[in-house]
Amino acid sequence: MRAQHRYCMQDPSLEMTDKLLLDQIQPGSRVLDLGCGDGRLLARLRDERGASVLGIEIDITQHHAAIARGVPVIQADLDEGLQDIPDGAFDYVVLSQTLQQVLHPKQLLEEMVRVAKQALVVVPNFGNWRIRLQVLKQGRAPVTEVLPYEWYNTPNLHLMSMHDFQDLMRLLGIEILQEIPIINHRAVDKAWLANLRAQHVLYVLQRQDEPPVNTNNENVLQNQDESPKPGSY
Amino acid sequence: MATQQELSETRQHSGVGIVRTRLATLFSPPNWLKLAGGGELGPIQVAYETYGELSPTKDNAIYICHALTGDAHAAGYYADDDEKAKPGWWDDLIGPGRTLDTDKYFVICANVLGGCQGTTGPVSINLETNQPYRLAFPFITVGDIVDVHSALTKHLGIDQLLAVIGGSLGGMQVLEWAARYPDQLRGAICLASAAQLSAQGIAFNAVGRRAIKTDPEYKNGEYESGAGPRYGLALARMIAHITYLSDQSIEMKFGRRLQDHDTFTYEMLPEVEFQVESYLHYQGKRFVERFDANSYLYLTRAMDYFDLESQYGSLVNALGKTNARFLIASYDSDWLFTTSQSKEIVRALIECGKHVSYIELKSPFGHDSFLIEIEQLQNMITPFLEQAYAVRLAESSKDS
Repeated sequence: MRAQHRYCMQDPSLEMTDKLLLDQIQPGSRVLDLGCGDGRLLARLRDERGASVLGIEIDITQHHAAIARGVPVIQADLDEGLQDIPDGAFDYVVLSQTLQQVLHPKQLLEEMVRVAKQALVVVPNFGNWRIRLQVLKQGRAPVTEVLPYEWYNTPNLHLMSMHDFQDLMRLLGIEILQEIPIINHRAVDKAWLANLRAQHVLYVLQRQDEPPVNTNNENVLQNQDESPKPGSY
Repeated sequence: MATQQELSETRQHSGVGIVRTRLATLFSPPNWLKLAGGGELGPIQVAYETYGELSPTKDNAIYICHALTGDAHAAGYYADDDEKAKPGWWDDLIGPGRTLDTDKYFVICANVLGGCQGTTGPVSINLETNQPYRLAFPFITVGDIVDVHSALTKHLGIDQLLAVIGGSLGGMQVLEWAARYPDQLRGAICLASAAQLSAQGIAFNAVGRRAIKTDPEYKNGEYESGAGPRYGLALARMIAHITYLSDQSIEMKFGRRLQDHDTFTYEMLPEVEFQVESYLHYQGKRFVERFDANSYLYLTRAMDYFDLESQYGSLVNALGKTNARFLIASYDSDWLFTTSQSKEIVRALIECGKHVSYIELKSPFGHDSFLIEIEQLQNMITPFLEQAYAVRLAESSKDS
């Protein structure tokens, strides 16, 4: 009889990203993972951080796998927004290696800071020197270890450099609390020439008009009035 | 032709095998059931079936809530079933190694209060008059139905159910159960259902009731047992049956195919020309053989009245008290209990921070999908129950 299950190699960069995200999250938080897959990260957050978790996943096989880990999971399409998630329902919302694949990344980012106090986003950095060099030398759409697809079959619809991402955050009024470049599978806190060297970046985001912790009620109301209304784009 | 004994022997080894319906008498006076619409009822006889064994710690019980016209016979065959008999209505889901695994779980299914398949309802004899209740039967709600389920659970010596599962009106009972007895369940599986019946649903129920009440044989509900508004009840079923299908499933099953001819007859009197007509007539006829018209009126009204939001102030209030894990599923082709209605429940559960999983299943079979698409249910419910049970076992080993 042939073996039904192949031995699954642990992807070292996946493991590293999970660890990085895990470290960002305060114990006992409520966490939403967009595109949670089989619930791997959320199960760890629940077990190691005592987090109360929820995943969103579109693929039915992955959805069932998350249920099998005891991770609650909602089937939804991120391209349709997060309309079933109430405002501020979570402490953290996580989007790992998915932003570049959604149809409307700008709207999704706005939705993320609507539903959670902080958003953790991991994206590939198109400003990396290998990519620049390939484009320059070969005059072709780049294919790298990090972005291993041909132009015609790539799920990555929106590629951006760190500068591009920073520009969008300014435009959306989203504050970048932390920017952690990932260089050769290692998180480097303060990297020199980050936009040239990073393959991926972890951003910790928060809506700029998020009221400070010790504010009076008047301020909160005023801030809420100025905040972008969900669904108004 | 196989003999009855041969039949029984073969059936003994498939699924849960040969089963029998049991009766429990609950709410014997003076412990009447207090009804939501006022008044009291008792004693109440409950017809139920169980499959599998209750564990010594009584932690493995799963309660099935049936839909509008279902019954306690969810799985297996009766000993006197003939060759043509079908097994219980959710047989593919229940049995050794199946999703509701009777090697692991103890499965309970009871006919609802107000029903006509063994549990006290309008056809039952009123002990005060020695006559069937008929319309003297008190008005009942989904809450009253769940009160009786809950009492049966306690009667069986079970404090807490591993899960309650149901589709359609059964799903409403699941939600009501979570709201009414939040500590009595650890898992809630709600399929093709809603926190309130839609206006469209009420409208279809209204037409069904009208069909029954305008049948001359209805006689204001005072018809004799065995008689009654056959045409009205059949018509009610035909209408309801259409709402359980989808345009796609009707198209697949019948299309525009004709029943007995290759071409149109150009005659007005015969009622059946298309296959779909023949099918609906058959469904109506079969339904009349097994269902009571008054019971249909009572149960559809209970369904109309169901509205967790107005009953508890909000869905968050209704569902916020339980710590049960929820599994909610809708079907993309179901236009009677829509995806958006299921999502309303999900949204409320997320708002109050509950453990909730949701999926919109793809199926052409409309509202009936939860009775047909067994494999989809298996893939989703099996891991859900395994997890719920694992957590339960882990907790009890921590306690001891």
